[in-house]
Amino acid sequence: MDKIKCAIIGPGNIGTDLLYKLLRSEVLEPVWMVGIEPGSEGLAHAKELGLKTTAEGVDGLVPHVIEDGVQIAFDATSAYVHEENSRKLNELGVLMIDLTPAAIGPLCVPPINLKDLAGRNTMNVNMVTCAGQATIPMVAAVSSVQKVDYAEIIATVASKSIGMGTRKNIDEFTRTTSAAVAKVGGAAKGKAIVIVNPAEPPLMMRDTVFCETADEPDKEAITAAVNKMIAAVQQYVPGYQLKNGPTFDGRKVSIFLEVEGLGDFLPKYAGNLDIMTASAARTAEMFAQEILDGQLKLEPVKENA
Amino acid sequence: MMSLEEQVRGRKLKLHDMCLRDGMHSMRHQITLEQMVDIASGLDDAGVPLIQVTHGDGLGGSSLNYGRGLHTDREYISAVTKVVKNATISVLHVPGIGTLDELRMAADCGAGCVHVAAHCTEADVTEQHIGLGRELGLDTVGFLMMAHMTTPEHLIEQALLMEGYGATTIYCVDSAGYMLPDDVTVRIGGLRAALQDATEIGFHAHHNLGMGVANSLAAVAAGADRIDGSAAGLGAGAGNTPLELMAAVSERMGIETGVDLFKIMDVAEDRVLPIMPQPPRADRDSITLGFAGVYSTFLYQAKEAEQKYGLSARDLLIELARKKMIGGQEDMIEDTALSMAKERGLI
Repeated sequence: MDKIKCAIIGPGNIGTDLLYKLLRSEVLEPVWMVGIEPGSEGLAHAKELGLKTTAEGVDGLVPHVIEDGVQIAFDATSAYVHEENSRKLNELGVLMIDLTPAAIGPLCVPPINLKDLAGRNTMNVNMVTCAGQATIPMVAAVSSVQKVDYAEIIATVASKSIGMGTRKNIDEFTRTTSAAVAKVGGAAKGKAIVIVNPAEPPLMMRDTVFCETADEPDKEAITAAVNKMIAAVQQYVPGYQLKNGPTFDGRKVSIFLEVEGLGDFLPKYAGNLDIMTASAARTAEMFAQEILDGQLKLEPVKENA
Repeated sequence: MMSLEEQVRGRKLKLHDMCLRDGMHSMRHQITLEQMVDIASGLDDAGVPLIQVTHGDGLGGSSLNYGRGLHTDREYISAVTKVVKNATISVLHVPGIGTLDELRMAADCGAGCVHVAAHCTEADVTEQHIGLGRELGLDTVGFLMMAHMTTPEHLIEQALLMEGYGATTIYCVDSAGYMLPDDVTVRIGGLRAALQDATEIGFHAHHNLGMGVANSLAAVAAGADRIDGSAAGLGAGAGNTPLELMAAVSERMGIETGVDLFKIMDVAEDRVLPIMPQPPRADRDSITLGFAGVYSTFLYQAKEAEQKYGLSARDLLIELARKKMIGGQEDMIEDTALSMAKERGLI
């Protein structure tokens, strides 16, 4: 069966973990890995796995896009360079899956709104943040039952699992997650707190979700919705688990999660990477399937005047 | 060998009051604007040069996780900057909790100093925030929390990162009140030797093992220029170094603080003590914080879990120490309590 050819920009932890997932895909075929440092381990690793590589950034990829038939690109660099990367590739008709917190395209959390993105002719989809992917499904589960006035998430990641990009741009990470908790999760207001824990051995990613419902929470319906959503996320992140809760205290609903990674590239504690790359791969697979089925034709995006 | 007094006599020291920020923890973030204005003007009149005013967990800390503030940071900071005449108002800012917009707001409201805080091994999350602090013209401090959890050598590396981002003062923060004077001496001495001469060094203590004043003196002897304390000790756990005690000891040892001793004693007694539900005391749970090395603010939610689930707060704090939980992970108190209560058949 034909596969849709893909490029990954950013050969760091996320890019490399994503590469492993794409290599297993039935509809996606990774063909290019794009970096900016000639000596980078990630580029060398991608080369060993049979990909073409460039250390000249997106400009090194652009001349090959058409002849190599690249239709989907994943950006795992940083919020600051994403917009430029996206513009250059969109002009060539390449759909961009954005794993940075730049959030210039519609936000996607697969079990909540992936299907809504189909048929919208979007050329850039943003994967929010790892904290968002881990927690927003729970906010959406509660808000599917009743109105949520306020949702707050606390994501704790192992120090070893987050790279320099996230550290340098922690403000974008926090703000993009907060905004998406409200917008995609369906809460009137959202807040995100991010903690980096250096414990050795490293701790699994932990996520806590607090929702304040407008009225007295319907405990039974919320518990059922939460369990159903856990199962939906487990379809692409098998290590997504409810550790405690939901518990109810007045209008406050508390949900305590743990995310264990598949251990594709980094160890299993890095569930934050796993949920991000698994969500991005799942999103790309939906678009790839549409392209293969003839329902979606990607068109070059003309430069806005 | 020089005596402690010989090492500190004649030194100039900036005292930084924490009762309106760290004390917010003990007050569950419910200090009123009137109380805040009353205490801040007293501290200002006593000559305290720096007064911190923020939610206990810093800008943006008002949350379900840490507790909602009675007022917003904007309301507190604006109210206090209006009344102080000489003191600089400072704020706490923890990247991952507060955002750059909140730091801009604090500067707009008249704050003149920011403590940009990170766990002692994670200084590289502070680059944006230290950068903005400098850009806004603030006295910008790198605040390395839970400093007992890493080696002195690693702490120095992290301090150098913050200095490189533009911080002009670096703090060693004993958030758990775990350190003993030798731990302080080696860390502050190491920072003094490694950082540029123009960079100031600070120390922030918790009194969980009753070592606040002794540790602060050790810090001054090893080269600290700034010491955090709280009037009447109002702060998380068994409180911070009581500022009036530090002022009295400083005066006896010839350390120049510029603070009027009797006035600061009166602020503690007449303005701070009356607002406290109970004066900070090293009870068994606070001693546990210091003994096991747990973030001091965990005290309150651990005590709540004791009430709710019939677990011992001490057992819970020991378990949180074993799991190496750090500052900000208040959500894991309830989570750990739920897991322990399930295991013990309490729920």
